[in-house]
Amino acid sequence: MAPRKTLGESLREHGVSRRGFLKFCAATASMMALPPSMVPAIAAALEQARRPSVIWLSFQECTGCTESLTRSFSPTVEDLILDIISLDYHHTLQAAAGHQAEAAREQAMKDNFGEYLLVVDGSLPGPDMNPGFSTIAGISNHQMLEEALAGAKAVVAVGTCAAFGGLPAADPNPTGAVSVLDVVKDKPVINVPGCPPVPMVITGVLAQYLVFGKLPELDEYHRPLAFFGQSIHDRCYRRPFYDKGLFAESFDDEGAKAGWCLYRLGCKGPSTYNACATMRWNSGTSWPVESGHPCLGCSEPKFWDAGSFYAPLSSPLGSPTSTLLGAGVTGAIIGGAAAALAKKRTATVVADRQPVTVEELEQKL
Amino acid sequence: MSDPMGFLLWVKGPAFDWALAIFALGMLARIVEIFILGRKKNYAEAKGGEWGPGFKTILTRSIADPGTFARAPFDVVVGWIWHLGFLIALFLFIPHVELFKGLLGIAWPGLPNPVVDAVTAITILGLIAALVHRLQHPVKKRISTPEDYLVWAVTFLPVLTGYLAYHRLINPYPLVLGLHILSVELFLVVFPFTKLTHAFTAFIARWYNGAIFGRKGVES
Repeated sequence: MAPRKTLGESLREHGVSRRGFLKFCAATASMMALPPSMVPAIAAALEQARRPSVIWLSFQECTGCTESLTRSFSPTVEDLILDIISLDYHHTLQAAAGHQAEAAREQAMKDNFGEYLLVVDGSLPGPDMNPGFSTIAGISNHQMLEEALAGAKAVVAVGTCAAFGGLPAADPNPTGAVSVLDVVKDKPVINVPGCPPVPMVITGVLAQYLVFGKLPELDEYHRPLAFFGQSIHDRCYRRPFYDKGLFAESFDDEGAKAGWCLYRLGCKGPSTYNACATMRWNSGTSWPVESGHPCLGCSEPKFWDAGSFYAPLSSPLGSPTSTLLGAGVTGAIIGGAAAALAKKRTATVVADRQPVTVEELEQKL
Repeated sequence: MSDPMGFLLWVKGPAFDWALAIFALGMLARIVEIFILGRKKNYAEAKGGEWGPGFKTILTRSIADPGTFARAPFDVVVGWIWHLGFLIALFLFIPHVELFKGLLGIAWPGLPNPVVDAVTAITILGLIAALVHRLQHPVKKRISTPEDYLVWAVTFLPVLTGYLAYHRLINPYPLVLGLHILSVELFLVVFPFTKLTHAFTAFIARWYNGAIFGRKGVES
């Protein structure tokens, strides 16, 4: 294998100017909530970084995460960062197919043992389920993951399916789908959820890894705090309308036209942690809430099973109306029975009453 | 259920259904029993109607009579403040209106969030003042039972956690929202078996008072 180029060399080859590169470094610093004084350090670190080998495994997924990544913006430095990563195996993107593709994976695993980054998108069928539910080149997902894990430095679970099980794990979960974290116990796992994740978040996590050579700070769901530290609601440009109590009540009412808060239309922004509101989509053009649609909460666990996308966050999930009716009727019957019993007891007491006259009492004395 | 989102989905789903079932069953059992038992039949000749004075008394008894106010101004004023605040926060906060819409299929206009926020802050202060007064007033302290403190706690917690959730003072949000809903469920479960039932029975008792006096032809 030819010696790996540094990132700086590759960027210059791709015609990226120094100015463009520094702008990217500044954006990375602000994304990671680092002070501007860190920009030169990031630039120096990125400049010298060697292309890390990345093996990308796609399991029970829809390719949406890869689509998000590749169709995002072109050409930008973020794109190039991905070009510059040595993406040694990605069965959707690579030219090789069949046994050659698998050979490339095995070669990359051998050459970079202990050093490569393993990226996974998609969930895995449950460990006790039929392994035939999802295979690549006849190899079950579990087997492929285990083989690739041995020499991996860390695992990045891209997309909600890999991070939390996602759509395959939604009720009734026919394949018993599990997340990467459910399977991987002995290697660091970074979750980059989203359906799909914001492209800049994927590249940002990789950039962070390149710059600091270590894994980012994570929240309890293993999500990088730099991108998932704040909720959509807290960063939403429609937040002032929520605070004022101005809500759209249907998708075409005056409130919707005026761009008011979408809480009543089912927005899950308050309970969703992601970077959409700050980074936006399509080169920063817009994002779901800006386009007039409530946040679905796609970067949170179980978002498919968290009730209707169009039911407000405060509305209950079960069947409370029938519960209320059923329990109310039962209660009324119990109350009626208790009252009837009490009345009957009173009637019995009255009927069995044995009056005593004063004379009788005096006789007893 | 072990993670914040799992916890939130549990309190919004099965836990809410259970709490609601206990509340509805308990309250309906008590109210139906009260109505079926009714009052002892009065054989005396009626000197006036029952319905009019009954409903009138439901309203008039909301205002404390001058004697009561003179004896316990603190209880009357603070009691009014936090009861009103509690009801405003419960029924006029937009997310709560959405909850009732999801539950009962009916909705009504709400208040702007900052108004509800201010009312909630006042309610929290009112409830704390009520507790401090209960602990400091020699007579009140002596006649307070564990039930009184339980009822205070299950009333206070939803207001407090609601305030914390609205201002996002505990992270992550699904955790604090889940705690808020859980505290409401505790309130619902305790409700039918404690003096919290006064939210319904107070009005029944006032009606009976008014009706009895009305029948006797005297003002209540």
